[in-house]
This record gives sequence, C-alpha cells and structure tokens, in this order.
Amino acid sequence: MSDWVEACAADDIDEEDVMRFDHGGRTFAVYRSPDDEYFATDGLCTHEKVHLADGLVMDDVIECPKHNGRFNYKTGAARGAPACVNLKTYPVKVDAGKVLVQIG
Amino acid sequence: MTEMARGMIIIGAGECGGRAALTLRDLGYGGPVTLVGDEPHPPYERPPLSKEAMAGDAPEIKAIASDAMLAEKSIRHIHSVQAVAIDRAAHNVRLSNGSVLPYDKLLLATGSTPRKLPMPGLGARCVYLRTLADALAIRGHLSAGNRIAVIGGGFIGLELAAASRKLGALVTVIEAQPRILMRGVPAEIAEIIHQAHVTEGVDILCGDGIASIADDGRQVRVTLAGGREITADLAIIGIGAVPVTGLAAEAGLAIDNGVAVDTELRSSDPDIFAAGDCCSFPLAVYGGRRVRLEAWRNAQEQGALAAKNMLGAGEAHAAVPWFWSDQYGLTLQIAGLSDEGKSTVRRDLGDGAFILFHLAEDGRLVAASGIGPGNAVARDIRLAEMLIGKQAKPAPEALGSQAVKLKSLLAA
Repeated sequence: MSDWVEACAADDIDEEDVMRFDHGGRTFAVYRSPDDEYFATDGLCTHEKVHLADGLVMDDVIECPKHNGRFNYKTGAARGAPACVNLKTYPVKVDAGKVLVQIG
Repeated sequence: MTEMARGMIIIGAGECGGRAALTLRDLGYGGPVTLVGDEPHPPYERPPLSKEAMAGDAPEIKAIASDAMLAEKSIRHIHSVQAVAIDRAAHNVRLSNGSVLPYDKLLLATGSTPRKLPMPGLGARCVYLRTLADALAIRGHLSAGNRIAVIGGGFIGLELAAASRKLGALVTVIEAQPRILMRGVPAEIAEIIHQAHVTEGVDILCGDGIASIADDGRQVRVTLAGGREITADLAIIGIGAVPVTGLAAEAGLAIDNGVAVDTELRSSDPDIFAAGDCCSFPLAVYGGRRVRLEAWRNAQEQGALAAKNMLGAGEAHAAVPWFWSDQYGLTLQIAGLSDEGKSTVRRDLGDGAFILFHLAEDGRLVAASGIGPGNAVARDIRLAEMLIGKQAKPAPEALGSQAVKLKSLLAA
C-alpha cells in the first residue's frame, strides 16, 4: 500500500531540476531542490495532463512546459493561472545514493 | 468607499476579461464587478478550439470560470449581449438589451475577430473560427473523406488542417505567400511544419492567390490565379484577425492598430483600460515598440495586470511575448519577436528538436523560436524568455552548444 519505491539514483537529477518516474501505470515527477533536498509529486499538470518533468524548475517552483501553470513542488500548491488545482505530493527519502518515493 | 460604489465593468468575457474579473476579486476588490460578453457561455479557453477540441466526438468546453465560480465570487456575468456605447462623461456603458451600467473603471477586453476574405462568392460553406459555436459548426464537417479547403497557411488554418487529417478529412491548404507561416516564424521552422503536413497527407499550395470563389451552399469551388481549381465541402478561412475597436473608436478613444494604451494598459481616457488582442501597447523589452499580440498568455497576463492597475497599482507591462502551436506530434514555441533579430544561432536538442536564437546587432538576445516533438523545446524556450527579458547578451557559442546549460547563462 505505502511502499517505498526506488525512483532513481540521487546523482541522476541535477540540483534545481526534475526527472520523470513511472511506476505501476502511474507517472511521477521527482525533484532535487537548489538546497539539495528531494521531493516528489504527481507527474502530470492538473491543468491539462502534461508531463511536468519537461518543465523548468526555478527555486521551489516547477513550471508546466505547456501553458506555464506553476506549482510549489515542495507543497504541491498551485501558484497561478492556468493551474488552479494543487498537485499531490509524496514523501521522499535518500538511502545509499538512491531516491525512494513512498507511493501511497 | 462611496466614490468607488459604481464598480468595475469588463467588456469581453474571454480569456482576458475572465482573468481580469477573477484578479479583481483575488486582489480583494469588494465593489461590483460586471463582465459583459456576447457569447452565451461563461469565459472559456479558446486555444483548444483549433486543436484537441476538434479531435474528440464532441468539443469539450474548458471553462476559465464556471457560472458557479462567478456566482461565488459575486462577479455578475451578463451574457449574449453587446456593449453598444460608452458615455465617458457620465461614466456608463449602454448594452444591446437597453440597460445602462455605471462604472468607476472600465476594461475593454473585446478581443479580435477573424479577418474577412474581401471577395464575392462566399456562402454557407465558407466559415471562420473564433468561438465555440464556430468550432462546433466546423467539427460537424470534419468527417472521413470530406474535402476541406483551408484558406490561409497561418496557425489557425494549419492547426485545423492537422485536426481535420486526424479525423480522416481530405485537406488542401491555400496560401498566397511563397510559404506558410510567413508572419513571425523563421523559414527553417516553417519548413519542418510544412513537411509534417505533407507527410500526413495535406496538400499545401503556396504562392498562388485566389482568383474567385463560388459557394452554392453545398460545396465551394476555389479558383486560383494560376488556374487551378479546388472543390471542397467546406472552406475554412484563416487569414488573420483584426482587433475589435468599434466601441472604443465611437467613444473617441485613441486607436492605433487596436485601442492604444500606455505601459499600464490605460487608454487615452484615464478611467478606461484595454488589454489582450484588442489593444496595442509599448513593449518595454524592445525600447517601447508598439505592438498588438494575438496570444493566449498575453491575454491572460494583460487581463490580470489591467485589473491590478484599475485598482491603482500603477504597474508597467514588462512581459516578453510568448506563443505556442501544436500540430500532429510537434510543438512550436516562440518567445520574443523574431523580426527584432539580425542574426540567428541554432541549438540542436536531439530527436530533431532545435531552437533558433535571434540576436540583435548589439548582441542582445531578442527572440527564440523552437520546434520539436512533444515538449522538447519548452524548458529552453522558457529560459530564453527570461534571458530576453533581462536583455542579456549571451555569447553565440554558448547558445549554440548543447554542452552549455542555458540556466547557467541566466546567472551571468
């Protein structure tokens, strides 16, 4: 139910960047913040189901590549039009150089 | 507060007007907000009308603000009416249903309307696309084997051509210019889009003007100057758009390729603002060059900014123009206006995706045009947009090298 799943190696993601991670028919986005912490959210924008991992990370914000909907990837909060529905977030931990996501 | 009791009126309930109304409330404005629109729907997103809304069986309306949301925010939406006159001295607007609404501040978000083909012979089978009603009418003709003539090789026409092919219709695109997308798109990128259409079976005819059109109500015959004849079940005309300025002009407001506004989106009357497709404004990033944009994000940003400034923020519009188009699996994105550039640098991103950076004579990055599968160019175009906004002068070698991250140039 709430298994920790290995998403990638910690080094696979640059600082202030994002990577797509698919598991069990679902898609997620895994982030590495500028202060070297890891986060995970649902992988698709809540506006039009676009993969957020193609978007740009600036500080704690991910911007959708399609229509610039913005979210705080640490909290999932939508940060402006056209995105108005928050993103779901997931717990993340780094263990032995691996990024693990708790998929609830 | 009594002097603000008349409230805010927004004419035009599209992307721009809808965003403006919502922003007034988001900023805490408590007076009356009235949104006047000539369509029966609450504000909805227009971009899908030429794209994915055409692909499904029934175009799905994507609301910017539902009736319920408007009601919850106490935004009065008067639909299916036209604003017919502004009395600037009395500060009121008269509507086609006879009512007269007083305002403290007025926003014109009247948008644009398809440019009409100035030619005799057009009839029931010659159509334009602007509204959901137009989209539904067009969708009814896009069935397998039906013949569609698209007049105009611009974005609306090409997106509709792509949607028509997906549904199995037979498509001919007619463009009088020597190539498609002459306005604002570099030839190198237009060529990729041209090839994608040809691969999908679209017949593209460039460089030949239309001599005559005959529409008998069941089919259309288009005769080109060169003698070629195209017979279609439907002709979709997409030859650009013109700003809707009649109301503003009648009220004596300054017009210059749209309602002329200043950097704060204020018209020649300090209590009347204009935003989105209907206005021309000075673009700070190009030294105040006056432009008019027909773009979704501009409508959104200017709607929000106009709302702020109606409340007295005094904030200048500082955004860089940004635009996108989807055709088949390709997405094109353009930041800035490429005609500001004197030279270009190409950056390849893999999978056939690439970006052309447009540099001014003094080395400033003024625009970036990218194309590729899916969202391959999105991230770098976004970074380019920020560099353009900063009026950065990045080294051409850095822009052209995949090894140099664009993000690293932002910090410089």
